[in-house]
Amino acid sequence: MEDIFTIANKNYNSRLIVGTGKYKNFEDTANAVKASGADIVTVAVRRVNILDKGQPLLMDYLNPKSITYLPNTAGCYTSEDALRTLRLAREMGGWRLVKLEVLGDKKTLYPNMIETIKSTEVLVKEGFEVMVYCTDDPILSKKVEDAGACAIMPLGAPIGSGLGIQNKTNIKLIKEQSSVPVIVDAGVGTASDATIAMELGCDGVLINTAIAEAKNPVLMAESMKYAVIAGRKAFKAVRMKKKKFASASSPENYLIK
Amino acid sequence: MNNSNVAKIQLNGDPYEINVRTNLNELLNKLKIQKNKVAIEVNGEIVQKDKYESLILNKDDKVEIVHFIGGG
Repeated sequence: MEDIFTIANKNYNSRLIVGTGKYKNFEDTANAVKASGADIVTVAVRRVNILDKGQPLLMDYLNPKSITYLPNTAGCYTSEDALRTLRLAREMGGWRLVKLEVLGDKKTLYPNMIETIKSTEVLVKEGFEVMVYCTDDPILSKKVEDAGACAIMPLGAPIGSGLGIQNKTNIKLIKEQSSVPVIVDAGVGTASDATIAMELGCDGVLINTAIAEAKNPVLMAESMKYAVIAGRKAFKAVRMKKKKFASASSPENYLIK
Repeated sequence: MNNSNVAKIQLNGDPYEINVRTNLNELLNKLKIQKNKVAIEVNGEIVQKDKYESLILNKDDKVEIVHFIGGG
């Protein structure tokens, strides 16, 4: 049975989205992305280094024609900066699908939800398809959806923390009430965290640091690919009921006596 | 160099000297940057790629050239 992942009316094979930050070089980035099987990668918008003429570019290693670039607004602390960044990203290659994150402070990198919701409304009006990084709060994530987000991306734990899904109850609530895809963004530390996110019913997972900072990023990328697939299949299969006591797996009649 | 032939602009936050009447395509050529891999803002306004030839830079213009890098 086909299990297609759709965001903003476009289908993707992989439910794993990977970030391209924190790698040692572009070669490592490209190898890890390939091993992850991801169809979408997040990218940041930054000033070109004018002094370093002819430096290699991310686009030389990851072809935006064969993989979907998802420009993000990482590092933006105001709505104004986030909007400016995404408008520039759209000018660069016509990208309408973007990831919005408006951060609250440097210590937690928690989203500033007031600025986030405000920015979402503006971007939607300008024709962007906006995937929105948000808190794992069911009320606020509903507001994000109402603002026109094409996907809701609640954090599992703070960005880069690798702490795993901290509030499974909320993530599940958010998934159950949302009519757009819910993608856990941030907090995944290892494969089992990605599986848990998918078992909760989430539509996808976005992972950067857990892959980039693994001792072997390519192997971890491959592991995340299978973790997401495993979690998704487990969710679709509907798990057994938990019981208080044992229940033998082999029949108890016709025992040899 | 004759000072009347050069103009100082702000390029990605730093002072940068260009010949007077330089357009954006010429600036990118000088910087060895391919135009399909960047986006440009002049004085806070995004410039569309088909305007690069006709946009002549003036003294004190604030130019931002951005591209995609790795990010989460």
